[in-house]
Amino acid sequence: MSARWATLIILAVIIGTIPWFFPSGFYFRVAALIWVTALAAVGLQILMGQAGQVSLGHAGFVGIGAYTMALGPKLLGLDVLLCLPLGAAIAGCVAFVVGRPILRLKGHYLAVATLGFGMLVTMVLVNEVALTGGPDGIRIPRPELLGWRIRGGETFYWITGGALLIGVWIALNLQASPSGRALAALHDSEVAARTVGIDVAAHKLRAFVIAAVYGSVAGGLLALMNGFVTPDAAGFLASIEYVTMVVIGGLASVPGAVVGAALLVLLPQTLTFLHEYEQAVIGLLIMLFMIFLRAGIVPGLAALLRRRPA
Amino acid sequence: MGAELLQFLVSGLTVGAVYALVALGFTLIYNASDVVNFAQGEFVMLGGMVTVFAVAAGLALPLAAALAILVAVAVGLLLHRLAIEPARGASAVTLIIITIGASIFLRGVAQIVFDKQFHQLPAFSGSDPILLAGAAILPQSFWVLGGAVLVFLGLFVFLEKTLLGKAVLATAANRLAARLVGVDTSFVLALSFGLSAAIGALAGILITPITLTSFDVGTMLALKGFAAAMLGGMGSPLGAVVGGLLLGLLESFAAGTISSAYKDAVAFVVILAVLFTMPQGLFGRRSVERV
Amino acid sequence: MGIASMLRRGALALGAAAIVALPALAQRNDPIRIGAVLSVTGPASFLGDPEDKTLRLYVNRINAAGGVNGRPIQLIVYDDGGDANRARTFATRLVEDDRVVAMVGGTTTGTTMAMRPVFEDARIPFISLAGGIEIIDPVSPYTFKTPHTDRMACEKIFSDVRARGLSRVALISGTDGFGQSMRTQCQRVAQAAGITIVADEQYGPRDSDMTPQLTRIRNTQGVEAVVNPGFGQGPAIVTRNYAQLGIRLPLYQSHGVASAQFIQLATPQAAEGVRLPAAALLVAEQLPANDPQRQVLIDYKTAFERETGQPVSTFGGHAYDGLMILVEAIKRANSTDGTRLRDAIRATRGFVGTGGVVNMSATDHMGLDLSAFRMVEIRNGQFVLIGN
Repeated sequence: MSARWATLIILAVIIGTIPWFFPSGFYFRVAALIWVTALAAVGLQILMGQAGQVSLGHAGFVGIGAYTMALGPKLLGLDVLLCLPLGAAIAGCVAFVVGRPILRLKGHYLAVATLGFGMLVTMVLVNEVALTGGPDGIRIPRPELLGWRIRGGETFYWITGGALLIGVWIALNLQASPSGRALAALHDSEVAARTVGIDVAAHKLRAFVIAAVYGSVAGGLLALMNGFVTPDAAGFLASIEYVTMVVIGGLASVPGAVVGAALLVLLPQTLTFLHEYEQAVIGLLIMLFMIFLRAGIVPGLAALLRRRPA
Repeated sequence: MGAELLQFLVSGLTVGAVYALVALGFTLIYNASDVVNFAQGEFVMLGGMVTVFAVAAGLALPLAAALAILVAVAVGLLLHRLAIEPARGASAVTLIIITIGASIFLRGVAQIVFDKQFHQLPAFSGSDPILLAGAAILPQSFWVLGGAVLVFLGLFVFLEKTLLGKAVLATAANRLAARLVGVDTSFVLALSFGLSAAIGALAGILITPITLTSFDVGTMLALKGFAAAMLGGMGSPLGAVVGGLLLGLLESFAAGTISSAYKDAVAFVVILAVLFTMPQGLFGRRSVERV
Repeated sequence: MGIASMLRRGALALGAAAIVALPALAQRNDPIRIGAVLSVTGPASFLGDPEDKTLRLYVNRINAAGGVNGRPIQLIVYDDGGDANRARTFATRLVEDDRVVAMVGGTTTGTTMAMRPVFEDARIPFISLAGGIEIIDPVSPYTFKTPHTDRMACEKIFSDVRARGLSRVALISGTDGFGQSMRTQCQRVAQAAGITIVADEQYGPRDSDMTPQLTRIRNTQGVEAVVNPGFGQGPAIVTRNYAQLGIRLPLYQSHGVASAQFIQLATPQAAEGVRLPAAALLVAEQLPANDPQRQVLIDYKTAFERETGQPVSTFGGHAYDGLMILVEAIKRANSTDGTRLRDAIRATRGFVGTGGVVNMSATDHMGLDLSAFRMVEIRNGQFVLIGN
């Protein structure tokens, strides 16, 4: 059995069994939040970890997905569930158009360009009050499927868990595919990749579009779960958080993105007893993780296990 | 009309000088390590907040300012010693996440040690505006502009004319080669953290009479300073100053003539346009990828 | 829905049976759990911080005096950092995990609106501390709020503008939630108040110089007064820039700056003559001795300032009002059942809080009228009450 399938099965088993240990409905909410955040992080991992292109505007796509869920029904009278693929399509198209010029930039210059993109999205969401509800946010209609109202933490747990499983499956396949290997070559050295005949620009653009679609679907699901969305979802701080998740989990690892997302969603929930010291401790923990597991949690722990077989 | 444009110019230069000071703080650490230090904004915060609290405790302003710079330098050196040095050899992105962690940590500590209120400092030489051809200029604007110019000149002389500065540049160009010719790259990095912290703190002290300060003032300043540094070309002190001033001018003219709600959008669109035509910023080094 | 949930429900039923088997005994000294999700950190922290301190201070006082109906209050505070998504998660936690009987909190309109469905679904009373009118208009069965709405602030300001014989107003608003929401409300009520809005400028919540926007306003034909909806450091900088440019028109700030700290930040010289609508807390000592609010205000102000060493702000006052309205309602209902508690809160009449005298009803989940707002002017670095 390949590592790919092992990863998928472990994830499926975790998603399938942890509800047995949940003491209250609140845990469904937190776990669903982890799955949906992880979906966005896995998308960013495809861009950052597999294609080696940094983005400080990933939350912009999450915002596009989330706000499509609010604006589709409001402006076009669409069913809210239809807006999930619509949001993905919009985010993909935006990424395709924006990606062409932006991805010619490298390193920190790409970072600032994507940062600018995220800022533009946030600014529209904040300023167009009549359309988007402004900084105080906008409501999302409750979804119905064949007359059945989708609601409750438990339902969303299974929906988001399923979505994450599919997302991880696709990401792992991408990594193992010939084009994934091309992306990896690109990560190591663009010039080298080009000399062996890889269409660098096309591969980068594809990763950018895929990452955007992941972000948008995650944003859409988050909006459905919350029934409400504010521009924070698209903000700069959210973008930074996604980058931190990917790097802290392990830049080169798809499950790493899931672990990173789980960590950053759980920390504020578990550290509430620290009250005002919470922020300082979260910052400290991020530093410690990166100092001691500099390749990220998943690759770092894997290396430790390999050194000392159980 | 002329007075109006002059007022936009004054406003843009003042805000731009703030961004330039923050951007200058980025250049040294970037040059020495390729790392964008996301905690740079927290150095600015420390400069302002320590000064405010030291003044409130009865210290004279110059002493309070000196104390603030000392505190920031100590924090910068500690950050290097305890968080950057132990991760030596890690990739730039790992180091960047460490600086993000450091920025969250410093903000978290600041809200406990200080408080969550906004604070102000009295202007250094009065707050009566100077009227010039119909535009009103605050004396403090000259302090900020002067500060940016002095820091720029100081950095320029340090990097181009001193042996130590050349060691920084050598480290920037090629860390391994620098080490081979006897540069202590670890020392260079510590030095750049200390100096960057000092520049950041100085910025915080100079701008607080205009911008006010609080424990979380650093985030937005770091964001704008980063954008300014990239616009000018990362690693170049001249680029930092030009990028900062340009960004400030863009914002103020956009707010005054196009739309105040979308002034930041206008600024970012121009940055994007510049980067598309000059992918290394206005004064950035042309880099060749090593295979 | 799955075996897991069936098993869990079985266990819950068993647990419930056990609780029923031990009646009043468990009830008697069990603490009353009250939840609070506040923006103690993040961009709205100078609102959330005094709210947090106020709640802790008064819960301790209530418990020291023997609690409510003989039971102590257990306060559970979570910090949402100003983020609506995180607020929603903590709201779920309060309801599902901590099993609170009521919630006092929600620092911003955005976090409040994100949390509201959680409490409505669970039928648990939710007293918000945010300003937006959409929180209570239209009324949702279990949601209340204590601060005045931003619409009331606009109406109060506009009536003062009209009383000065002026009508053409320029807006300069922050792009934060507070500024945007109040800007929208001011635009909406302008016509009915006989006001024409002739300029509409905005600034970012972290901007450090608003002279371009103010220069534009100065050069707009016919502006007679300027209104600045916003909170945080922005209005202080607007006030400074206003003086810097030598603009002589009347300047109105909002209730978002209602703290003595604003005068220090804006500097007393620049703030001279600035007017704003505010709760009476700012001018407690100037109220006539027979004013019903006077004693409440002075008590709260003294307690808060002694405890925290910080100047009192009306934001902490909103939390005081919310907690006290809830405590009174628990006493009257002699129950912590959600619906009974809701009915008791709704029946609040003549409650004297820091925000005004509160009279709630089934159609009014705030219970304040325009008289709760006082128009104050800054003179010689002090807030001075001016005639209604």
